[in-house]
Amino acid sequence: MVLSLTLVCLVCSAVLGCVYAVTAAPIKAAEDAKTTASIARVLPAFEGQPSKESVSVDGVDYTYYRAPGAGYAVISTVVGFGGPLTLMVGIGEDGLVCNTVVLSHSETPGLGAKCTSDTHFIDQFKGWDPAQKSLSVRKDGGEVDAITASTITSRAYSAAISQAYVVFKKLTENE
Amino acid sequence: MAEYLLIIVSAIFVNNIVLAQFLGVCPFMGVSSKLSTATGMSGAVCFVITLATVVTYLINKFFLVPLGLTFLQTIAFILVIAALVQIVEIVLKKISPSLYQALGIFLPLITTNCAVLGVAINVVTKQFTFGGGAAHMLNLGEATVYALATSLGYGLAMVLFAGMREQMAQSDVPESFKGLPIAFITVGIMAMAFLGFSGIV
Amino acid sequence: MSKIGLITKGFLKENPTFVLVLGMCPTLATTTSAMNGLEMGLATMFVLILSNIVISLIAPVVPDKVHIPVYIVVIATFVTVLQLLMQAYVPDVYETLGLFIPLIVVNCIVLGRAEAFACKNSVGDSALDGIGIGLGFTASLTVIGIVREILGSGSIFGWKFITGDGVLAFVMAPGAFLVLGYLMVLFNKLAKR
Repeated sequence: MVLSLTLVCLVCSAVLGCVYAVTAAPIKAAEDAKTTASIARVLPAFEGQPSKESVSVDGVDYTYYRAPGAGYAVISTVVGFGGPLTLMVGIGEDGLVCNTVVLSHSETPGLGAKCTSDTHFIDQFKGWDPAQKSLSVRKDGGEVDAITASTITSRAYSAAISQAYVVFKKLTENE
Repeated sequence: MAEYLLIIVSAIFVNNIVLAQFLGVCPFMGVSSKLSTATGMSGAVCFVITLATVVTYLINKFFLVPLGLTFLQTIAFILVIAALVQIVEIVLKKISPSLYQALGIFLPLITTNCAVLGVAINVVTKQFTFGGGAAHMLNLGEATVYALATSLGYGLAMVLFAGMREQMAQSDVPESFKGLPIAFITVGIMAMAFLGFSGIV
Repeated sequence: MSKIGLITKGFLKENPTFVLVLGMCPTLATTTSAMNGLEMGLATMFVLILSNIVISLIAPVVPDKVHIPVYIVVIATFVTVLQLLMQAYVPDVYETLGLFIPLIVVNCIVLGRAEAFACKNSVGDSALDGIGIGLGFTASLTVIGIVREILGSGSIFGWKFITGDGVLAFVMAPGAFLVLGYLMVLFNKLAKR
């Protein structure tokens, strides 16, 4: 009885080990492809393989990609309405936001989740200068047009960009 | 301390496991036609979810992750849960026959309750945010509180619903709505009420 | 039962969602759009067919006392295979369905078919049973997804036919329960005639 159960477990683990070995490379490739595609979106000027690095700002570790000649792609996670909201923010070497892309979110479908598709909302950040224009929603006295009925998500999105900008400042002042 | 309070409120009301996350719906529908069985099932689920989450958390942290075997997570967790349910059944039979009488018949059903596996997997794979805090993986203490609160939320939803179903059994329901259809529609309205909690933490 | 019967029974007579009322969690959680429902159905069907085949093969030699744990291990293995394959080749789908892929392990449909059918029927029939029930499950999930997408987002398979939003409640949690409840009523009404 115990023997047969052990046998089944061993066989199954062996099968899984094989499948894992076979799929490990494609899984890695799929993840890399996603990162490369995101970087291509937030820093369209850059071609090639950016280097992944990390930096600590105010005790929090941030992952970022350095794209020489184009700028930085900073990954920034904030608290959204339904949970963590993770963005990749591309900031050019001139300090302007190039573009942003949502890497993962748990916002309400049909409301906050529009932060991945509402072009009016997303495109307003292209060319944004965080040093000049305040990154908070109009309701809070800033200049960001919020997604209709999703102020909290819009606030979080803007906060993620400001956070990425702080990281960018830290990275550039060291040079 | 405030952090734990936020976890509890969020897990019971805002992200209620049945009404917002759709976990454990089958047993929720299956045993909620009587208040007494609903209470018994809730007790058993509370116990198993909390215990299973702690054990799977430790196994994941000290065994699967260091050995690079995280792809065995699903299979390891379900085995642990099945074994735990067996052990709980045996121990309960020995030390507290009365509790065993009350919970015993529900225990075998719990292995296939997706709420147990769902919470165990969520805790080790997802980042959580509570209140203004930064997104992070849960530590053991938070995971335990989260699991306990989630299962209390399960119990709350189940007991509330069982109360309503007992009332409903007395009323004149149209033929095609009898049984599960009207139950699902009732849960839908309950879920709408719970939606009112969203955004409070 | 005829071979054709094995495949078609999942749609009406033994429809896993509306008649057997099994596997409710993914049915409710992943049907926010027609496409999501379809993908979840196909993922479940994959596991259902393979686990049915293997279980019908090993059932005669598995000791009776441990048959449930053995079946669960077999099912969990195929679920993990599915997880790895999806991560490798359709990572976006894997991300959308999220937790509900590993939860196929505890989907009562899969274990239910193993217990009720695969362990006492031939390999061929078990495979057909897996296909039949899998197709029935996929069809129900897609129908629920279509209804929720039309009402909730005003689109169908991503093709938008109204400008603006639909009734958001149907994309959120309450809509799942309501749509399922009313579809069951409809199914009961039609089935009776």
